[in-house]
Amino acid sequence: MSTTLPGRTPGAGDEARATAPADAKPPTPTVAPPEPPPTPTVAQPEPPPSTAPPSPIQLPRVSARRPVLVAFVVLIGAILLGVSVGPADISLPTVLSGLLGHLPLIHYHSHTSALDWDVIWQIRLPGVVLAGMVGAMLAGGGAAYQGVFRNPLADPYLLGVAAGAGLGATIVIVQSSGTDLHQLLPFAAFAGGIGAVVLTYLVGATSGRRASTASIVLAGVAVAALLTAIQTYLQQQHEPDLQGVYAWILGSLGTASWSDVTLILPYVALSAIVLFLHRRLLDVLRVGEEEAGALGVHAARVRLTVVAAATLGTAAAVSVSGLIGFVGIIVPHTVRLLSNASYRVVLPVSMIGGAAFLILADVVALNLQAPAQIPIGVVTAFVGAPFFLFLLRSRRTGVL
Amino acid sequence: MISLDGVTVRYGRDAALAGVSAQVENGEWAGLIGANGAGKTTLLRAIMQLVPYGGRTRLGGAPTDRMSRRDLARLVAYVPQNPELPAEMTVADYILLGRSPHIGYFGFDKAKDHQICAGLLERLDLTHFAGRTLRTLSGGELQRLVLGRALAQEAPILLLDEPTSALDLGRRVDALEIVDALRREHGLTVLSAMHDLTLAGQFADRLILLADGAVAAIGSPSEVLDEAVLSRHFGHRVQVLRSPDGELVVAPRRTA
Repeated sequence: MSTTLPGRTPGAGDEARATAPADAKPPTPTVAPPEPPPTPTVAQPEPPPSTAPPSPIQLPRVSARRPVLVAFVVLIGAILLGVSVGPADISLPTVLSGLLGHLPLIHYHSHTSALDWDVIWQIRLPGVVLAGMVGAMLAGGGAAYQGVFRNPLADPYLLGVAAGAGLGATIVIVQSSGTDLHQLLPFAAFAGGIGAVVLTYLVGATSGRRASTASIVLAGVAVAALLTAIQTYLQQQHEPDLQGVYAWILGSLGTASWSDVTLILPYVALSAIVLFLHRRLLDVLRVGEEEAGALGVHAARVRLTVVAAATLGTAAAVSVSGLIGFVGIIVPHTVRLLSNASYRVVLPVSMIGGAAFLILADVVALNLQAPAQIPIGVVTAFVGAPFFLFLLRSRRTGVL
Repeated sequence: MISLDGVTVRYGRDAALAGVSAQVENGEWAGLIGANGAGKTTLLRAIMQLVPYGGRTRLGGAPTDRMSRRDLARLVAYVPQNPELPAEMTVADYILLGRSPHIGYFGFDKAKDHQICAGLLERLDLTHFAGRTLRTLSGGELQRLVLGRALAQEAPILLLDEPTSALDLGRRVDALEIVDALRREHGLTVLSAMHDLTLAGQFADRLILLADGAVAAIGSPSEVLDEAVLSRHFGHRVQVLRSPDGELVVAPRRTA
């Protein structure tokens, strides 16, 4: 052994080793670099590369650039499709011409008629933008939840935000028939969603001596069940409003306006930024809470921040769109299957891809049976599930 | 330097550790030995603040219980017995996790972090695998990688929990030689729980024998690797032989 390690200094219990046969171990080239003379002073730890010559090799890191670029192209395609498909026959060139003509700083004379432009600007664009925001929020929230709870089945509704929002919305719907209280619906849904998650965290994170992910998730299941029970009871007591409640729960973006967009924009933007900034920490959490802790990352703190951010954004999104399901699970997993499992890829691409996915789903929901609307939650599940199953079967490697 | 003063850990009414006091000097390799359930892992976890404990643990003179996780992670790197190895993570991404203690909460790894990790991969003969996922690595390669992640922390203290349990004989010695070489290069202080008493005797400067959560013996390998002591604390008769070259070899004796 001493032959492969010329730098050894004699120490306690060393005499036995010093006489070890040189062939006790196959020589490993990795442990026999040109070594400096023995260093007797051991108090000063040095970074390994400072003793070895600076390494010329590059670390081949997974890059998010290409997947993000691809997702952006898909998103732009979805947006163009979203603004140019609808009951009113407006061609894509007309749409593009109209958009160009209304861009500031570009003096382009648009050929789009005022009526067509009104349809594009007042009806289609807000719908597309809102669908994009909601989709980005649900998919990004789902990806982040799967990371902090280390559970592939986690979605943004895990901790009761949907049940709480559903209850809030139902209360307004059954109380407001025939009054103008109906406009309170987004606020009630938002408050209900946030309240439910706060309740879940208060119950789950303080049970026992340590807040484990399991106790938080189980508290979420219990809170969701309780709120759903109250919501179901309420809607059965007010049968005439049943249709309205169901329509809201299944989700709809059909009546979106710019005021909806500005209403949720601050929350969605803040939430998206905070989640995006956590992408490296979510990768650290992939080695588990304890090892993350040993690496200097406070897992419970990361989880709380991510849950707070995702809840804010998700509650805002569902308050204007209703409970659109499935996006938060299917989009992040599709990203993982198609590119890489690193959250530096999964998080941004899920947000962009989720936006594109929901815009496309809304196109289908609004146009397939026009003038009737299909609930968008039905579309996301009906289109998304088979596609996801196809991906899952075509890929042999596991995901998580 | 690691100083432990009356470290006590209770799981319910049972004491997993009952007042362990010991010191590991700077640059020393201390081997933690003992039967299953003797408290080796619990002691390492207590130092890492992963279990509630009584008594005091100090690293480099500073009490660990008042340190932030980040400061602790800059001072000590920990390799658990069964590290979590995300199958779809790449080798480069995995070793960069070791730079976490040096990266701010919302920060990202920089060129310097990449250089340190690239250097370690080269050192551990893993450069070739840098772009591959962990799924595709063998047990020995993974073991070296986990070690690399710990070294990327650039912490002066290394805590290893059975670092070589999953390896074959040759890989086991290889891994320990790497630890020893790096320890000497960078003056690392090593405290490692070890199953293989023969290897523990060959690599550690001093051995700490735990039995039922207490220190049963502490001293140089030739002092601790004593037939009577080992037989008593491992619940089985063992023999300690000396090879023709003077190496201590610990072997079990058949009961029958």
